[in-house]
Amino acid sequence: MAAHLKKRVYEEFTKVVQQQQEEIATKKLRLTKPSKSAALHIDLCKATSPADALQYLLQFARKPVEAESVEGVVRILLEHYYKENDPSVRLKIASLLGLLSKTAGFSPDCIMDDAINILQNEKSHQVLAQLLDTLLAIGTKLPENQAIQMRLVDVACKHLTDTSHGVRNKCLQLLGNLGSLEKSVTKDAESLAVRDVQKIIGDYFSDQDPRVRTAAIKAMLQLHERGLKLHQTIYNQACKLLSDDYEQVRSAAVQLIWVVSQLYPESIVPIPSSNEEIRLVDDAFGKICHMVSDGSWVVRVQAAKLLGSMEQVSSHFLEQTLDKKLMSDLRRKRTAHERAKELYSSGEFSSGRKWGDDAPKEEVDTGAVNLIESGACGAFVHGLEDEMYEVRIAAVEALCMLAQSSPSFAEKCLDFLVDMFNDEIEEVRLQSIHTMRKISNNITLREDQLDTVLAVLEDSSRDIREALHELLCCTNVSTKEGIHLALVELLKNLTKYPTDRDSIWKCLKFLGSRHPTLVLPLVPELLSTHPFFDTAEPDMDDPAYIAVLVLIFNAAKTCPTMPALFSDHTFRHYAYLRDSLSHLVPALRLPGRKLVSSAVSPNITPHEDPSHQFLQQSLERVYNLQHLDPQGTQELLELTIRDLQRLGELQSELAGVADFSATYLQCQLLLIKALQEKLWNVAAPLYLKQSDLASAAAKQIMEETYKMEFMYSGVENKQVVIIHHMRLQAKALQLIVTARTTRGVDPLFGMCEKFLQEVDFFQRCFIADLPHLQDSFVDKLLDLMPRLMTSKPAEVVKILQTMLRQSAFLHLPLPEQIHKASATIIEPAGESDNPLRFTSGLVVALDVDATLEHVQDPQSTVKVQVLYPDGQAQIIHPKPADFRNPGPGRHRLITQVYLSHTAWTEPCQVEVRLLLAYNSNSRIPKSPWIEGGEMSPQVETSIEGTIPFSKSVKVYIMPKPARR
Amino acid sequence: AGQDVGRSCILVSIAGKNVMLDCGMHMGFNDDRRFPDFSYITRNGRLTDFLDCVIISHFHLDHCGALPYFSEMVGYDGPIYMTHPTQAICPILLEDYRKIAVDKKGEANFFTSQMIKDCMKKVVAVRLHQTVQVDDELEIKAYYAGHVLGAAMFQIKVGSESVVYTGDYNMTPDRHLGAAWIDKCRPNLLITESTYATTIRDSKRCRERDFLKKVHETVERGGKVLIPVFALGRAQELCILLETFWERMNLKAPIYFSTGLTEKANHYYKLFITWTNQKIRKTFVQRNMFEFKHIKAFDRAFADNPGPMVVFATPGMLHAGQSLQIFRKWAGNEKNMVIMPGYCVQGTVGHKILSGQRKLEMEGRQVLEVKMQVEYMSFSAHADAKGIMQLVGQAEPESVLLVHGEAKKMEFLKQKIEQEFRVNCYMPANGETVTLPTSPSIPVGISLGLLKREMAQGLLPDIRKPRLLHGTLIVKDSSFRLVSSEQALKELGLAEHQLRFTCRVQLHDSRKEQETAARVYSHLKSILKDHCVQHLPDGSVTVESILVQAAAHSEDPGTKVLLVSWTYQDEELGSYLTALLKKGLPQAPS
Repeated sequence: MAAHLKKRVYEEFTKVVQQQQEEIATKKLRLTKPSKSAALHIDLCKATSPADALQYLLQFARKPVEAESVEGVVRILLEHYYKENDPSVRLKIASLLGLLSKTAGFSPDCIMDDAINILQNEKSHQVLAQLLDTLLAIGTKLPENQAIQMRLVDVACKHLTDTSHGVRNKCLQLLGNLGSLEKSVTKDAESLAVRDVQKIIGDYFSDQDPRVRTAAIKAMLQLHERGLKLHQTIYNQACKLLSDDYEQVRSAAVQLIWVVSQLYPESIVPIPSSNEEIRLVDDAFGKICHMVSDGSWVVRVQAAKLLGSMEQVSSHFLEQTLDKKLMSDLRRKRTAHERAKELYSSGEFSSGRKWGDDAPKEEVDTGAVNLIESGACGAFVHGLEDEMYEVRIAAVEALCMLAQSSPSFAEKCLDFLVDMFNDEIEEVRLQSIHTMRKISNNITLREDQLDTVLAVLEDSSRDIREALHELLCCTNVSTKEGIHLALVELLKNLTKYPTDRDSIWKCLKFLGSRHPTLVLPLVPELLSTHPFFDTAEPDMDDPAYIAVLVLIFNAAKTCPTMPALFSDHTFRHYAYLRDSLSHLVPALRLPGRKLVSSAVSPNITPHEDPSHQFLQQSLERVYNLQHLDPQGTQELLELTIRDLQRLGELQSELAGVADFSATYLQCQLLLIKALQEKLWNVAAPLYLKQSDLASAAAKQIMEETYKMEFMYSGVENKQVVIIHHMRLQAKALQLIVTARTTRGVDPLFGMCEKFLQEVDFFQRCFIADLPHLQDSFVDKLLDLMPRLMTSKPAEVVKILQTMLRQSAFLHLPLPEQIHKASATIIEPAGESDNPLRFTSGLVVALDVDATLEHVQDPQSTVKVQVLYPDGQAQIIHPKPADFRNPGPGRHRLITQVYLSHTAWTEPCQVEVRLLLAYNSNSRIPKSPWIEGGEMSPQVETSIEGTIPFSKSVKVYIMPKPARR
Repeated sequence: AGQDVGRSCILVSIAGKNVMLDCGMHMGFNDDRRFPDFSYITRNGRLTDFLDCVIISHFHLDHCGALPYFSEMVGYDGPIYMTHPTQAICPILLEDYRKIAVDKKGEANFFTSQMIKDCMKKVVAVRLHQTVQVDDELEIKAYYAGHVLGAAMFQIKVGSESVVYTGDYNMTPDRHLGAAWIDKCRPNLLITESTYATTIRDSKRCRERDFLKKVHETVERGGKVLIPVFALGRAQELCILLETFWERMNLKAPIYFSTGLTEKANHYYKLFITWTNQKIRKTFVQRNMFEFKHIKAFDRAFADNPGPMVVFATPGMLHAGQSLQIFRKWAGNEKNMVIMPGYCVQGTVGHKILSGQRKLEMEGRQVLEVKMQVEYMSFSAHADAKGIMQLVGQAEPESVLLVHGEAKKMEFLKQKIEQEFRVNCYMPANGETVTLPTSPSIPVGISLGLLKREMAQGLLPDIRKPRLLHGTLIVKDSSFRLVSSEQALKELGLAEHQLRFTCRVQLHDSRKEQETAARVYSHLKSILKDHCVQHLPDGSVTVESILVQAAAHSEDPGTKVLLVSWTYQDEELGSYLTALLKKGLPQAPS
C-alpha cells in the first residue's frame, strides 16, 4: 500500500513538473511577437469544428494585440474567414476585425479592400451587419481620407436595400457617421454620383421596420452632430414621425425636431388647415409640447427636457404652456390660481369658505372650446401633473430654464412651481425649490404664494428645509405682512427643528437686508416695545429672539431711522451680538453710542476698510523688522499673530487672509525660536534631551505648511512657492537636529542625499519663481549647490545651519481670495448619554452629517476618521454621492459610517472627525518637467497625508459580547 | 348606462360573439329599475347560450352591483372576467349592499350571501396586458385604467375586429393610483365613459394643497376635522394624502378611520401594490404606504376625546351612521371643521350644510346649530373632457361610443370628437342599439412560388408604388389563397383555355403588304423600346406574343388591313398597340 502511495506521489509529482514545462513553452510562444499570429493560425487550423474555432477566437479576443502584429493577425483571420462556412465564426471574425482596426497605431486602410470584398460575397445578414460595423470602425479611424469615406458610403448605400433590419440599421449608422460633410468632397471624386446623404437617410424615415426608422433618425442626428447642416425639408418628415406607433421612433423624432428648430428658428411654416403661418421654432415648440402628453413616459421625459432649451420661442407660445381653460358643465371656470390672485388683489384674504366659491361663471361658446389644442396649450400643466416623477422633474427643469430667460414667464410659472412644493416625491419638491431660487431675481412672491411656500418649512426633511431657507434668502416679498408671516413661520420652524438655527438666522439676515422698509413698521411689534411702559427684557440666549434681532439689525443697516425705535436693552444686545455673531450682525451706525464706533460707512471699499488696513499694516511691520534683535522680533511676531487671529475671528470676510498669514508668521516664529536656542552652541552629547524643542518645531512647521497649502482655497502659485520654501527650511532644520543628535555618519548620508534631492526638486518645480526669492534660504542654497553635492554630510549640515540663520524672512504676498476650509459635524451631536449598543463583531451604522466650507473637490479629499479608545484609527472614504452641493463653496456630507469593535466591558467614547487628505504631488503637474511622463499616475492619486479640519465629536458606543 | 350614470351594462355583438360589459345597479332606484333589464338580451332561452362572456371593469356597484342577480337569479353560467383586485373587493361591497338592502330596508326577493359566493365562483381573474382567449376566436385584454384599485379597460377582439371598453378611468394620476394608459390598438369601436364630458378640471395640486391647508390649520387651532367618506376609493387617496402630509410635517394629532369595510379593503390595497402608482410601487419595499403609521382605527369613545383629531367616517353624505353621529357631537364648536369630499344627494344632511343651512332639524324635533366650518372639496377620479380626448387620441379608434354620462353633456363631447378626430361618434340611449359597419381585412395566403417569381421579375417592393400581380384566387373552406394560374389549374384539374383577341385596323397605304409590314415593324420598333419586336420571315410582325399581319383590302387596294391578335394575358399591351396603330403610321421619308 505504502509503495503504491509512494508511486502515486511520484507520478503526480512528475506530472506537475511536466505541466509547468508546457506552460512555460506556450507562454513563450505567445510572448514572442511574430508568433502571436502564428499561434492563432495554428489554433484555427487545429479547430475541427466551428465551435472549437469560436472558442479559440474568443480566447484570442481576450488579449490585446500589439500594433505591429495586427496586420499579420488580420491576414490570418481573413484567410480563415474565406474558408469558414459557419456564420457564427465568421461573425466573430468580423467583429475581431473591427476590434483590431481600432488598435492604436495601426492604420486600417489596408484591410478595407478585403472587408469590402468579403462584404460583397456574404450571405448571412448578421455577418453582413457585423462587417458593416467593422467598416464603420475603419471609417471612423480614418476621418481625413475622403476617398475611403466615399467608398464606404457607397457600400452602405448599396446595402440599404437589404431585407434584414440589422443590415439596414448598420448602413444608416455608417451613413450617419461617414456621410460627406461638405460639397467639396465630391469634387475630387467626380466620377461617383453626388449622393445626397440626407435624402438617402430621409427616405428611410418611412421604412417598415421601426428599428430602421429609429436608426435613420439617429443617423440624421449624427450628421448634425458632425456639423452637417440639415435641410429644412427634414422638419416635415420628422413631424410625421411624431405620430409613429413606436416610442423609440417618437423619442428620436422629438430630438430631430428640436435640432431642426434650433437650426431654422426664424423660417416660416404654414399651419395646416388654415392660411396662417408661424415661425418654425414656435411650430416645433407646439409639437414638442404636444408630446408631453404622449402615451410613453420615455417620450414625455424627452419632450419635457427639450422644451427647456427652446429659448427663441415667442412669449405668446411660451405662456400658453401654462394655460389650461377650465370649464364645468360648459361654463367657463376660473382656475384656483386665478381665484387666489383675485382674492389677493381685492384685498380680501382667504375668505370664501363656502361651497360654490369656485362656481363657474360665464357660459362657454361650445364651438370655441378646443379640447385638443395643437399648440402648446397646457403642456407644462400636464407635465407637472404627470404620473412619473421623471417627467415631473424634467418639466420643472425645463420650466426653470425657460423662466430664467423670460422674466414674464417666470412670473406666470410661479403658481405652478409653488404647487410643486407639495409633490409626493421629495426629489421633485427639492428640485422645484431650487428652481424657484434660481429664478428668484425675476419674481416677487404674492402673499398667498408665500403662504404656501412657508408651509413647506415644516417639512421633516432637512434638505427641503434648508433649500427653502436658501430660497427665502433671495426672494422678494411684496408686503410687510409677508415679512411678518415669513418670520412667524421661520420661528415656528425653529422651535420644531432647533438644529436649523444657523440656517434660519442666515435666512433672516438676508430677508432683513433685502426689505428694510418692510421691516421698519414691524419693529415695535417684533421687539414688543410699548410707547409708555417698559417691557421685560427678553432672554438673550433665546434663539428665537436672536433670530428677530438678526432680522431687525440687518434691516437697520440701510434704514437709519430704525435705531430710534430700539429700547435700551436692544442696544446692549446689539453690542453683544455684533461681537458674538459678527457674521450675522452688520456694523450699525448708532447715534449717541460709544460702545460701537460708528466705523463702517457703506461706501468704503474693502481695501480702505480699516480692518483690512490694520491687517496690511501689521504684516508690513513684521516684514520690515528684519534686523531687530531676536528678542524683539519674537515678541513682535507673537503680538502680530495674536492680533491676526483675533481679527480673523471678528471679521469673517478677512478670516481667511488673517488666518493664513498668522499661520505663516507662526511658522516663522517657530523657526526663529528653534534657531535662537542657545543650545546650538552646546556640544552634541549635552544637547540630546533639549533637542525635542527644535525637532518639535520642525515637525510643527511641516504640519502648518501642509495646512497652508491644502486647507485654503484660492492659494496661488506665488504663495505655494513660499510655503514650499518654508517647508524646505523645516526640513533643513530637521536635518540639522538629527545630525546633531545621532552619532555615526551612516544614517546622515541618506538624509543628506534626500534633502539635496528635495532642493533639486524645489528648483525644478518653481524655476520660474526663483527670481522672487532673492536673498532667501533657497537662493543661497542653490548658489552653494555644487559645493554641497560634493561635501560630506557633516559639512553640509554646517553650511545649512549658517544659511538658515542668515536667510532673510520672505514676504508672503496675500492672495486675492482666500478661504480656509472648515467643517462642522452636525450629526452626531456628541451629547447623548445613551451608548449606541451593538453586538461585537457586527457593525453599527452611524449617521454622519457635516457641512464643509471652501473645500475643493471634497469627493476625493474629505475622509471620515474614527478613533477608538484603544488608539485604533480607521479612515472611511465616503461615497461621492454622499456629498451634496447646496451652494457655491459649500458642501454637505451626509453619510453613514460603519463602526465595529470587539466586545467591551463598558460603554466608551469613540471620536469621529473629518480629515482633509492631501497629496503634494498633485500640484506638480503644473510645472513643465513632469510632462515628460516620469511620474506614474498612481503616485498622483495616492494620499500623502491628512489634516484634521473639524472638531472631533465623541460618540458613546457599547459593543456587547455576542450572546450564544 | 346609455345617456345616464348608473347601472352600466352594455351588450356588444362583435363578429358573431356576444359580450356583456359590466353589470351594474342604479343607486337612485329601489324597484326593478335598479337592475338592468336582462330580458332585453334574449326573450326566451338561457343567457348562457347567448352570451359568450361577461366583463366587469371595476368594483363600483354601478358596474358590478347586479352581478349576483344576473348570474344566480336570472341565470348565467358562463365566464365572468375581472381583474384580481376587483375579484377580491367586489364580494365585500356586494355583501355590504345586500346587508343594507335586506337587513336595513327589509327587502325580500334579494340575492343572498350564498348567491354572491356562487357568483364569484364563476369569475375568471385576468392580469393587466394578459391576452385571455375566451374561446377560439374571442380574446380579451385588460389595460390599466386608474379610477379605483383594479379598474381596467378591456379590449375585446374577434379576428381583426375589436372593441375597447374603458369602464371608468382617470387620465391624471392621484396619490395612490396611476393614470390610465392604452396602446395604439386602433379598435373599430371605443366605448368610453363621459361623466365629465363638459368639464376641464383644474390641476389636482391646488385641490390637494387646499385640502391639506384646511386640515392643517384646523388641527393647529386645536379643532377636530370630520371627513365623511365612502369606504373605498377616495377614502384611500385621502388617507395617503394625510398620512404623507403628517409624515412630512411631523404632525402628532391622531387620525382615525372608522372601521367596517375599510380594514378589509385596506388589506387588499396593501396586497395589490402593482396596481398603485409609481411612488407607492417604488417605496413599498421600505414601507408599504397603506400600512398607515398615523391612521388608527376609530372607536366611538374617541369622539369625545379632547384635543385635535382627524376622523374619516362613513357614509359620505352624512345621512346616517357614524359620520352623522360624530357630526352631531362636533357641530357646535366653531373650531371644528367638516370637509365633504364628494357630491351629496339632495335631502341629506351633507347637502343641507353645503348649501349653507346653519340650523338643522334632526329627528325628535331637535334643532342642531352648526357652528363648525363646512368645506367642500371635490376629488373625483373620472377623466375630464381633456382626458377623454387624450385617451381617444391614444387608442385611435375608428369610431367612438359614449356611455355613462348625461345626454346633454355627451352631445358636446360627441361634437368635439367628430370635429377633432373625424371619426363617427355615437351616444345611444338605454335600450338603443347602434350598428357599426366594419371593413375587416381578409388575410390571403400567397404561394411562395408566385411571390418568388414576382420578386425575380422586378425590384423590391416599395410602399409608394403599388404593383400588379397576376394570379388566381382560390376560395376554399373559408380560406383564401393566391396562387399562380398554372398551379390553380393543376389543383383544380382544369385544362387551360387560350383566349385570343383579334382586331382589324385599316390603314391607308398604297404600297405592298410586305412594305407595309416593314413600316409597321420599324414604327413599332421605334416606339416600343422595352419590348421585343420581331419581323418574321412570313411578313408578320410580333411584339412579344402579339401578332400583327398586314393584308390588302379585298375591295380597296389603297387600304391595307392590319390584323392584330393577342392573348388575354397581354390585354394591356394589345389594346395599347391597337390604339397606336389606329393613329396610323408616320409618313415615310420617301
